[in-house]
Amino acid sequence: MSTEESRQNVANAADPLSEIMELQMGPSHPACHGTVKFDLRLDGENIIAMDTTLGYLHRGFEKMCEQGTWTQVIPYTDRLNYASPQINNHIFCEGVEKLCGIEAPERASYLRVILSECSRIADHLTCLGMSVTELGAISAGFYMNEAREQFYNLNAHVSGARVTVSYGRIGGLLRDVPDDFDQVVRAAIKRTEEVMRDSEKLLERNRIFIDRMAGIGILGAAEAISFGLTGPLLRATGVNYDVRKAAPYHCYDRFDFEVPLGTKGDNFDRFSVRFEEIKQSIRIIDQALKQLPKGRVCVDDPRFALPDKKDVYGNIEGLMNQFKIVIEGIRVPAGEVYFAGEGANGELGYYIVSDGSGRPYRLRVRPPCWYGMAALEDMVRGHMISDLSAIFGLVNMIGGECDR
Amino acid sequence: MALDSADIAARVLAAVPASGARQVAAAPTPTIEVGSTEMPQVLTFLRDEPGLEMRLFVDATAIDRETPQGLIELIYIVRSTLDFGNLIVVKTAIDAAEPTAPTCSAVYAGVNWAEREIYDMFGVLFEGHPDPRRILMYPEFVGHPLRKSYPYQKRQPLTPERDPLTNPWPKRG
Repeated sequence: MSTEESRQNVANAADPLSEIMELQMGPSHPACHGTVKFDLRLDGENIIAMDTTLGYLHRGFEKMCEQGTWTQVIPYTDRLNYASPQINNHIFCEGVEKLCGIEAPERASYLRVILSECSRIADHLTCLGMSVTELGAISAGFYMNEAREQFYNLNAHVSGARVTVSYGRIGGLLRDVPDDFDQVVRAAIKRTEEVMRDSEKLLERNRIFIDRMAGIGILGAAEAISFGLTGPLLRATGVNYDVRKAAPYHCYDRFDFEVPLGTKGDNFDRFSVRFEEIKQSIRIIDQALKQLPKGRVCVDDPRFALPDKKDVYGNIEGLMNQFKIVIEGIRVPAGEVYFAGEGANGELGYYIVSDGSGRPYRLRVRPPCWYGMAALEDMVRGHMISDLSAIFGLVNMIGGECDR
Repeated sequence: MALDSADIAARVLAAVPASGARQVAAAPTPTIEVGSTEMPQVLTFLRDEPGLEMRLFVDATAIDRETPQGLIELIYIVRSTLDFGNLIVVKTAIDAAEPTAPTCSAVYAGVNWAEREIYDMFGVLFEGHPDPRRILMYPEFVGHPLRKSYPYQKRQPLTPERDPLTNPWPKRG
């Protein structure tokens, strides 16, 4: 239809609201966090169909990964999810370790758990804070963002960078944590607990908030499973699937924690599941800090780990070892593995293919929010435009991870 | 407890004899290989068979193998809802020169977007796919970037700005 024709059609219609309206929302819309375009078909204010366009943040992650060494992939994984870079790092590293047949030392494994859980809290706070801000509860959003800052500062304290941490290494971690790690983590958790209490007071019995959340964006368990939804979106429907329990990695099998479940699979359940998960993460961190063993944080194996600096500068074997690992890359034995962990948004999986050279032959990321976005149309159909930003906010699409 | 991929391959072969199912790997990831035309039947069997109930769709992707005959491997990963720790990778190999395969989007809802991405990135045509458009790349993009033959440094020409009223984006279906 040409511009002239469509104008004519609108002019001819007796009541403009009786027509189906097509509305393009995005790619950069103030009520949606994330660069994504929705082509909506509207009957009045109700959405009858939606087409999603992605890819505005596509940077060719998987192609880039094939060009460098295995270690050079780690900084790329940071950039998948700005709220939980540590989780992306450590799951990738453990996946490659599975192919290499090595196991990270116990201390590294515990630190991975602590840092991953801190990242999970930060990610949930981001998701919840942004979602409630989009519904108008700006105070609660600001409180949550303040708590998130504690974890970004913790990242900076540990790795030197707030977001792009690159702290994981194949075989363990970059280096040990600072001496005051315990106090810094506990201080961040203390502030988070305060914020959680404050936001709970602001939201829990807030009629406007509950009306905007309860019964909105319902997706049943069977459809969620068929769509490949995981994480809080799936658990909100009542399906008890958490990778940390179903197929424990790092050392999650040593901690006592619960998997919060919803019942209806609506927005309120998605919100509550994330809220409860923050409390469970705090439980895990508390146990892990108490049990944290001493020792190395990276494997002592010259094939995979960089030698100590005193060896690099002090003897020829150390220098050669460093040179081979940096220039040629770690030789990961040929093979394929699918390794998954529980990202903040759901199952974060890496399908890793090695041909035995120093570079990945193929690296596929299973971004958890991708399938949430695929199911979004089924969640918003029949609801109003204003509900779209609430539902979209709780799907927690992270552009860097979804578009790669 | 990980699944025994040899046992699953045998059960798939008994249910769908034309698939020629065989075990590829037992560890670290249980993997079986089937014929490309039988993939929808195999996934339907895995989804509905009592005792397996692979109802959770995890992911679908592809690998461009630089073998002399030119192969693209399609990979579907599914999990059991009986024990979510149990997953299986189902593979199939297709010709890289004319890559076509039947779509599995009727078996799992999530396959729709996964196969759109495989088409976008590898150029695999899925017969019967309800929405065969690119998903991450824009419609004017030429080539399929995750093919090994697609040069890493390749640049695409600039495309003129679209007027959404006179020249709308491709619609679904």
